[in-house]
Amino acid sequence: MRRWPNVVRYFLLFLGALIFLFPFYYMLIGSLQSSPDTSVKGAFPTSGLTLDNYKDINERVDLLGSLVNSGIFTGGVLLGTVVFGTVAGYALARLQWRGRGVLFALVLLVQVIPFQLLLIPLYVLIVRGYGLADNYLGMILPFAINTTAVFVFRQFFLQLPDDLFAAARLDGAGEVRILWSVALPLVRPALLTAVLLTFIGPWNEFLWPFLVTKDADLQPLAVSLANYISNVSARAANPFGAILAGACVLAAPAVALFIAFQRQFISSDIGSGVKG
Amino acid sequence: MTTAAPAATKRNRAAGLLGRHPVGMILAAPYAVYLAVIFAYPFGFSVWMSFHDYFFAAPGAVVDHPFVGLDNYKAALTDPAVGQAFKNIVIFLVINVPLTTGLALVLAVALNRVVHARTFLRVSFYVPYVTASVAVVGVWLFLFNSGGLVNSLLGPLAPDPSWLVNEGWAMPVIAFFVTWKQLGFFILLYLAALQNVPNALYEQASVDGANGWQKFWSVTVPAVRSSTALVVILALITGANLFTEPYLLTGGGGPNGASASPVLIMYQRGIQQGEPDFAAALGVILVLGTLVVAYINRRFIEGRD
Repeated sequence: MRRWPNVVRYFLLFLGALIFLFPFYYMLIGSLQSSPDTSVKGAFPTSGLTLDNYKDINERVDLLGSLVNSGIFTGGVLLGTVVFGTVAGYALARLQWRGRGVLFALVLLVQVIPFQLLLIPLYVLIVRGYGLADNYLGMILPFAINTTAVFVFRQFFLQLPDDLFAAARLDGAGEVRILWSVALPLVRPALLTAVLLTFIGPWNEFLWPFLVTKDADLQPLAVSLANYISNVSARAANPFGAILAGACVLAAPAVALFIAFQRQFISSDIGSGVKG
Repeated sequence: MTTAAPAATKRNRAAGLLGRHPVGMILAAPYAVYLAVIFAYPFGFSVWMSFHDYFFAAPGAVVDHPFVGLDNYKAALTDPAVGQAFKNIVIFLVINVPLTTGLALVLAVALNRVVHARTFLRVSFYVPYVTASVAVVGVWLFLFNSGGLVNSLLGPLAPDPSWLVNEGWAMPVIAFFVTWKQLGFFILLYLAALQNVPNALYEQASVDGANGWQKFWSVTVPAVRSSTALVVILALITGANLFTEPYLLTGGGGPNGASASPVLIMYQRGIQQGEPDFAAALGVILVLGTLVVAYINRRFIEGRD
């Protein structure tokens, strides 16, 4: 009696997984076909695969330069989040100081303020006010410290046993010393989770860098590929092939990182981070 | 003040003023400044802008931005394109939110009991979530264009005009796209919630003679109710933020604005056409609308016993 539901469950899960993965398979196949074959048989080609589409997209979009821009944008956000986010998370979790409650309330509030409300004023301030259009700093600034990551850090610091901190204080260690040599080494796994969570934000972000970068030399890949899709693709020999080749290049780093570190996406970590 | 030793008083007074670990203020300061500059100030600025006549001026020029009361709000609310965009978002939410919540919960329950191929199955459902929208939009364009694979599979059943240029289908396709893209994250949330459901509840239900389906409805669903409230609210916020998909998938909210979203209108009016005051008012309306719907949902999901 118990076997039947199990077979059905696996069948449905694998079917679902195939539906979820198929677009990725099709993206790869489409990027390797010299001309688009949209028949059902065309989804399973046996010959005629080529790398020409990658050459084609690279002639229209500077792939390497765009990847470097994506890397700088993402790296800046990661640096800000790791450096300032960890210490903020620690202060929120482990230290008693005036204003802690207010800051924590703000952290919660920020998660419900949608970005679209800030879009126009941030554009006015950063692009018009500070003149940071076509500038890495202007790209990074709105995302500089990931609030979800601060949350995850706080949760992890809270989970450390109280005795540990009491013992370190008895030994005469200062608060900064305790953070550096007791707490931080213990939350290294959380650091990786937070870094991975933070990575996909700016790497995949489209709207903000699209607004602040008009100079093609500064555009991250998501923006240059999107501009290619909406403006130039009509004139290419095999527009879909070139779009899909660019899509593969954009998707590959995030997917590879995710698969390599999928264990870090342990459900409970992220769940606790989001739920608080 | 006069009885205690002066040094101790000073320390106590400092502790009362700054807290026991004033160093916490220094550690949290960069983040606090970031929140003030990137969230609090623009938030206030946005509300201020929505009540004034604001336009882009040449750099350095000092211009007047007179108070105009509710004019921007009136302009936004009477604009037919805005009305259309809100109607589109309602269509999007009606499809996306129930589908996301239902599928995420069912898949999380199924995945939770899985022993074989656990990693493969989980990774498959999460991958769309970690991939850039711009990249996967590329392949959906390829799948759903008039001569694409979906239409060759459907043959004569394919809609005419094709999906993304069909006024009736453009928004539903976007809703399905976003469901597919975001589902992994919501499965993750539910999986976390399922770890906290006490096994005793299921055992009790078994003793009472409940079958699998009854257990799902009478144990699992009520036990993860607070997560359901969260999933619904996050799905609502994602929907209200919709921009990339109508911009790229349906070529700027086409056909005839049938897939335009409020954020797309904010971009077009506020930045392309230089009316940031109109866009700010639209942003405030959008956020208020989202909050009201989120509040009603919360009351409905959490308060129903």
